[in-house]
Amino acid sequence: MMLLEMAVAGYGDRVAFVDAEAQQSITYQGLFDAASNAANDLRTSEASRFAILDVSNLAIPIGLFASSWAGMPYVPISYRLTDDEIDGLVERVKPAYLVTDEDHIEHFHTESIVRWHSRSEFLDLARNGSANGAEPWSMDGDDTAALLFTSGTTGAPKAAVLRQRHLVSYILGSVDFMSADTSETALICVPPYHVAGIAAVLSSVYSGRRAVQLANFTPEAWIELARAEEVTTAFVVPTMLRRIVEELEHEHHAQMPHLQSLSYGGGKMPLPVIERAMTLFPDTDFTNAYGLTETSSTITVLGPDDHRKAAASEDRAGRRRLASVGVPLPGIQIEIRDDEGHVLGPHEHGEIYVRGEQVSGEYEGIGRLTDDEGWFPTRDGGFLDDEGYLFLEGRADDVIVRGGENMSPGEIEDVMLTHDAVGDVAIVGVPDEEWGEAVVGVVVLKHEATVGSLQQWVRDRMRSSRVPERLEFWDELPYNETGKLLRREVRARLTESMEKNA
Amino acid sequence: MGSLTPGTRLKSTVCTTEIMVITAPPDDIEIKCGGEPMSQGEDGNGGSVHQDHADGSVIGKRYTNEEGSLEVLCVKAGEGSLWAGGAAMKVKDATKLPKTD
Repeated sequence: MMLLEMAVAGYGDRVAFVDAEAQQSITYQGLFDAASNAANDLRTSEASRFAILDVSNLAIPIGLFASSWAGMPYVPISYRLTDDEIDGLVERVKPAYLVTDEDHIEHFHTESIVRWHSRSEFLDLARNGSANGAEPWSMDGDDTAALLFTSGTTGAPKAAVLRQRHLVSYILGSVDFMSADTSETALICVPPYHVAGIAAVLSSVYSGRRAVQLANFTPEAWIELARAEEVTTAFVVPTMLRRIVEELEHEHHAQMPHLQSLSYGGGKMPLPVIERAMTLFPDTDFTNAYGLTETSSTITVLGPDDHRKAAASEDRAGRRRLASVGVPLPGIQIEIRDDEGHVLGPHEHGEIYVRGEQVSGEYEGIGRLTDDEGWFPTRDGGFLDDEGYLFLEGRADDVIVRGGENMSPGEIEDVMLTHDAVGDVAIVGVPDEEWGEAVVGVVVLKHEATVGSLQQWVRDRMRSSRVPERLEFWDELPYNETGKLLRREVRARLTESMEKNA
Repeated sequence: MGSLTPGTRLKSTVCTTEIMVITAPPDDIEIKCGGEPMSQGEDGNGGSVHQDHADGSVIGKRYTNEEGSLEVLCVKAGEGSLWAGGAAMKVKDATKLPKTD
């Protein structure tokens, strides 16, 4: 709330958010008043959590600030889940106040929810309320600001706890107050239940931008909106950028002269996609942002200058920078450690640890996973180069241990992607009697190739232990909606087909 | 004044200025606004801004002391100027970071 209060004092009459689909907009002052009215309704509900199951629209920022005002954790829930999964999550945040779209409202008549509103009811009570002002909000930085269910690519979702001080630290460390001029427009297309969705709202508010919300991402809609609204800044996940680039396949230039900056993160960006994007958007500043839910979003940044320098570089080492996620934000420290917790040097591969004011590392019902000195184990594998640039190598849980040798699926995938027949690839380890784990994989082909030729491609470029023993050809790989490869599913399906053929 | 920690909110007692501590020094330091000590409480003392402490505070700006051991964020502007440990605080230059979201 402090951030919104500052925004109102600095530029209350500016337009804060625009719902592109509903063609509704709200100013910063309007957002403040709506949050006040909604906070009053929250406070009288006897709920302990504010849950919202909806796409991006004006109810999202209103709900985020209203819950902060009322001192209630904000819990955005994915609308992509099944009804049973949604029930399971709601059960974990009861007693809840729930806002959802008209399609879902019928479903929620469970005891876990003490008050519910459809999106239009909620917008009505917030925007048309008397604006008498709610009781003051709490200034305690230890209050829980948000509970975010992590994507759970490896198991049941955990509820990450982000406290007010974590989110405020992230914003103060990454955005300057009122740094946007009145021509700046952001395009928000990440779903509200993703940490990047929360970060996008808060960054936009603190910098004073006008933010246009795209409820349902399609590359056509994104391109049309970016052009029509003269969008100057946007964030996308890798699959979104891949689809935007594919949509513009037959064009030489994206024709978006207003787009000053395009940042991406939330998963591994294939090199061909970012290279092609830089050609299509020659005047746009690209930024790679790496972060986790547990770290209040971005912790490292590969900036526009790094992108240009890497793309223009003649040598392999120089170009490799384009695959880096960059250097830590001010206030963030990164270490790479081995399995025993020893800190490793440059180019040594291990697990990424992070420390900083914005790092929570806490889960509800589990506690804080940071050590005594505040370091959080990300479970992401990686290494730093000589100049402190961080490179990711997949989840630590994905590391394949074959005959005592640790290998990351990512390094094998990167080599296979350089083969012109390989469109997409996933390498996983499956249980193996002789080696402990065997290296196997799935390939999506662009044109015909044999398993033997692909194995030979790897053998010519890597140690023989890296050569996949078995490769299957699939039509597509399983991804979640924010672009994370579901290795668990690849592994399960491969194991099943191998057992069938055994 | 109690000891300062990151997140501590202080109000001027003689103008509308409010600040939040971002970096706290190891030892306590007296922060003044408009020539009077700032308070963690609610009420002003009815005094007025001293003439030689009236350069004002600017919302959204960060202020540091000479040593850089104390950094505060101005969250509400006012007429008084911010002082720490007997010297005027300086506006810290904005960090130039690429847009990340």
